[in-house]
Amino acid sequence: MDVIERPLDTAAKRVPSGLGLDAPFRWLTRGAALLVVAALGAMLAVLVIWSWPALSRFGPAFIVSGHWNPVTEVFGASAPIAGTLITSAIAMAVGAPMAVGIAIFLNELCPYRLRGPLGVAIELLAAVPSIIYGMWGLFVVAPLFANHVYPVLITWLGPLPVVGQLFQGPPFGIGMLTAGLILAVMVLPFIASVSRQVLASVPAVLREAAYGLGATKWEVARHVLIPHARRGLIGGMMLGLGRALGETMAVTFVIGNAHRISASLLQPGTTISATLANEFTEASGDIYLSSLVALGLILSGVTFLVLLGARYMLARADRKMPT
Amino acid sequence: MLNLRATTVLAAVMAFGVSGGVATAAEITGAGSTFAYPILAKWAAAYKDKTGVALNYQSIGSGGGIKQIEAKTVDFGASDMPLKPAVLEKNGLIQWPVIMGGVVPVVNVPGIKAGELKLDGATLAAIYLGTITKWNDAAIAKLNPGVKLPDQTIAVVHRSDGSGTTFLFTSYLSEVSPAWKSSVGANTAVEWPVGLGGKGNEGVSNFAGQTQGSIGYVEYAYALQNKMAWVEMVNRDGALVKPAIATFQAAAANADWAHAQNFNLVLVNQPGKASWPITGATFVLMHKVQDQPAQATAALKFFDWSYANGQKMAESLDYVPMPANVVTLIENTWAADMKSADGKPVWTAAR
Repeated sequence: MDVIERPLDTAAKRVPSGLGLDAPFRWLTRGAALLVVAALGAMLAVLVIWSWPALSRFGPAFIVSGHWNPVTEVFGASAPIAGTLITSAIAMAVGAPMAVGIAIFLNELCPYRLRGPLGVAIELLAAVPSIIYGMWGLFVVAPLFANHVYPVLITWLGPLPVVGQLFQGPPFGIGMLTAGLILAVMVLPFIASVSRQVLASVPAVLREAAYGLGATKWEVARHVLIPHARRGLIGGMMLGLGRALGETMAVTFVIGNAHRISASLLQPGTTISATLANEFTEASGDIYLSSLVALGLILSGVTFLVLLGARYMLARADRKMPT
Repeated sequence: MLNLRATTVLAAVMAFGVSGGVATAAEITGAGSTFAYPILAKWAAAYKDKTGVALNYQSIGSGGGIKQIEAKTVDFGASDMPLKPAVLEKNGLIQWPVIMGGVVPVVNVPGIKAGELKLDGATLAAIYLGTITKWNDAAIAKLNPGVKLPDQTIAVVHRSDGSGTTFLFTSYLSEVSPAWKSSVGANTAVEWPVGLGGKGNEGVSNFAGQTQGSIGYVEYAYALQNKMAWVEMVNRDGALVKPAIATFQAAAANADWAHAQNFNLVLVNQPGKASWPITGATFVLMHKVQDQPAQATAALKFFDWSYANGQKMAESLDYVPMPANVVTLIENTWAADMKSADGKPVWTAAR
């Protein structure tokens, strides 16, 4: 009861008992932040040092050449680099619009009773381990594609000029397209979940005003919600792209693991992370190992460039269309 | 005080002296080949029941095994590819074969069951080079009179990970095809001219299983357990052979281990009417000069016991145990070449 009896101003003037902990707390948090920077720097340093023998030996040819020959110890990384970019591009082209569509449906159009269960179901996709996606891709998706999807694509799209080149060759069911589509499913929950949050944060006033003006649901989504939330939407896509670029197990199962660049999306290829997963354990010889580390360095570089590019586009979009 | 210390030192010296002769190690460590892992694990379990000495073997791949033994972090390394004498010399290592097995081509062609298709080395190499692309190619038809071959594209499947199985398979193709030798060569991983890569035996068997018109290669045990359509091969003597323990043993028996320096012998394409052409061994690597002779002796005792008592276990897992005459050669090598740091032989027990 004496707490109530004490005048309020004495309580405010009392020296906080936790003051002595303030300085250590500041140092602790600063230390944690600096540790992350130091770890990143150390990782980059190790990547550069270990990959130096290969990079200095092959020079720019390492990035340009498509030969990956452990027998003669001549290594070029163009096939895995191209495979990484192509599969991620397919994943984003298919996954990102679908994820934003799901987010709009769940937030705006879905009957209220279904929002919870559907939202949880989409987010559970993120909880599935990537090895499960790999096995699902190998045992279920690949045979299905080999028997029913690839033959149709080859028959109908293969003969077309220019575009047709993307859909030619024997129907294995595994290759760039399968890997890209599996990745699309994997990045879906990340993008959808972030998109839902940013769409929900659009002020209700804007929405109500638009409906008040007689806008349809499509018009509200297209002209109000998406422009207002685009920064967050792109942020979510970047998260997804980050996962797609580095994803290893699921891709290794379904991409076919061939060090070749084919014009056709239906043919086997490889990605940087799949190559590392496949070959690191048995890489004998210093140049071989060094070349694999150099691949890791390039993957870090590609991821960095993608993030940089996305930030640049974001900044430009902001200047063009102020909100 | 001084006296006590002197006694302690004396006791330590005595203990060291004794341990040089009698192994007191409770755990042997090894790393390397995934091909040999199942049999090493089986031997180790039986050996532990018998003697109480455990084996801690990490199946991290032959490349990793070689690195670990060079760094002396394990008592022995295991590699499916024998090291060249110069490399052994440089790192102060000796090697010997511990177990043998066979690699088998498998196919998935509609209407063709296990053992119905016959191939020879040159045709197999041409398929993997991409110069033969259809199942009804004249070269395949000539080897298979009476077999109905479809007009279907051959889907070539290979291992995507570095592997001792790939080393044996590509060594064989290099032996039988000059074109393969000059353009691709032999290693645990190669630059494949055509085809798709599956990770591990299971990856290859899966691609081969679900892709019609495919051909792949797996370890014999794997082909048996998964009931895959294996291929009969024409061997060096021109005879048709089936993959089986007997034909692997025939290849091993004809191998001239006695004259192979450092047991550096790849068993592919061996002479003899009954020899399976794609047979190989896993090799154990140990240092010539042992800093911890007790550990080395414990490891050698384990291998000695396994050679003597592990044949049945090896055959139950579809491996081929080393013949007795080769074991004698191996143990002579241990006695002659492996020494403790002060020059005492590590292996003295005779069988």
